[in-house]
Amino acid sequence: MNASPKTRPPPAGRPVSSVAAPPQLITGVLFGLAFGFLLQKGGVGKFNVLLGQLLLQDFTVAKVMVTAIVVGMVGVFTLHHFGKVNLHLKPTRIGANLTGGLLFGAGFALLGYCPGTVAVALGQGSWDALFGMVGLVAGSWIFAELSGWSKRTIEKWGDLGKVQLSDLLPVPRGTLVGIIAVLLIVGLFVLERAFPR
Amino acid sequence: MKVLLTGLALLPLSAAVAAEPGVNALDYSGPAWSPYVVGAGIGVLSWLTFYLSDKPIGASSFYAHLAGFIGKRIAPRRTKSLTYFKDKPPRVGWGFVFVVATIVGGAIAALTGGEFTNEWLPPMWEARFGDGIALRASIGFVGGLLMALGARLAGGCTSGHGISGTLQLNPGSWIAVICLFIGGIGVAMPLYLR
Repeated sequence: MNASPKTRPPPAGRPVSSVAAPPQLITGVLFGLAFGFLLQKGGVGKFNVLLGQLLLQDFTVAKVMVTAIVVGMVGVFTLHHFGKVNLHLKPTRIGANLTGGLLFGAGFALLGYCPGTVAVALGQGSWDALFGMVGLVAGSWIFAELSGWSKRTIEKWGDLGKVQLSDLLPVPRGTLVGIIAVLLIVGLFVLERAFPR
Repeated sequence: MKVLLTGLALLPLSAAVAAEPGVNALDYSGPAWSPYVVGAGIGVLSWLTFYLSDKPIGASSFYAHLAGFIGKRIAPRRTKSLTYFKDKPPRVGWGFVFVVATIVGGAIAALTGGEFTNEWLPPMWEARFGDGIALRASIGFVGGLLMALGARLAGGCTSGHGISGTLQLNPGSWIAVICLFIGGIGVAMPLYLR
């Protein structure tokens, strides 16, 4: 697996506090402010922009996401290559990714905001975001109630663990990043031509 | 539960009553900034969160921590017994304050940009389903609930999988985000277009 250049062993003998250390909280606040600011400026706190994407009428969401993926991917892999950052891969569990993704999408279509953009919507004065947030908290609790069962069943279907695409394909990671970046950029050009907004 | 089911049943009915035969999202206000500028900004933000905080951007776990905190208040023993909270004890960590700050960041952007809406119903929703607040509340609640179930099952949301996971070329994230859009399109289309 990947070497973890910045990982430190957890301090021994101290119980894990339910509040993180101040430096971590300060950067969390600063980055969160920037994230919310950018998302609102990008229009993705707006109900009609988000729903417009699901209706295939407004492609703002796809443009924001694909651009973020290209820029983020090139930078994060470059930093990782030089040992400056750790990767944070969530396990690939095909069954859970599939069913969870579909369920999530259905909920997204009903609410019209997703978990990040609902926070932006609230800040922007779209008060209906509150209904969704209450639902998100309730749903999180229900999942916790079901978590013992889901861990024994759905989460075991097609569990590949923490893998990267380059582990599954016979292509070196750098090449793969280059190919995917080019494909995504071409995709953006096509998208812009077909859907100016 | 009954209220929610009634709400779901009322959706097609309200749409049938509302004047417009299907809505066009482009009739409403769009983004203030170019999506490419915003996307690139979020990409760069990812570099910084990885480099300075050793964290990927994500949003949905915030609601799980919040559920855990509320659960600890109401039913502490039950909360401690649940597998999910054993694996991930509720915590005010980086990701938690990140989402709280996202609300404030959104507010600053909207207020400085003259886009503060101060409304209970999105105009596009109103055009399709009428001005009943109870319908919006129940459907919004159900939507949030399903999203949380889906996000916890899949291991992330539009941010955690859709941006942070995909940019690390995590196969599971690509599966999750593609299924997210399939599920979303599959539900949104019949609801809003006739």
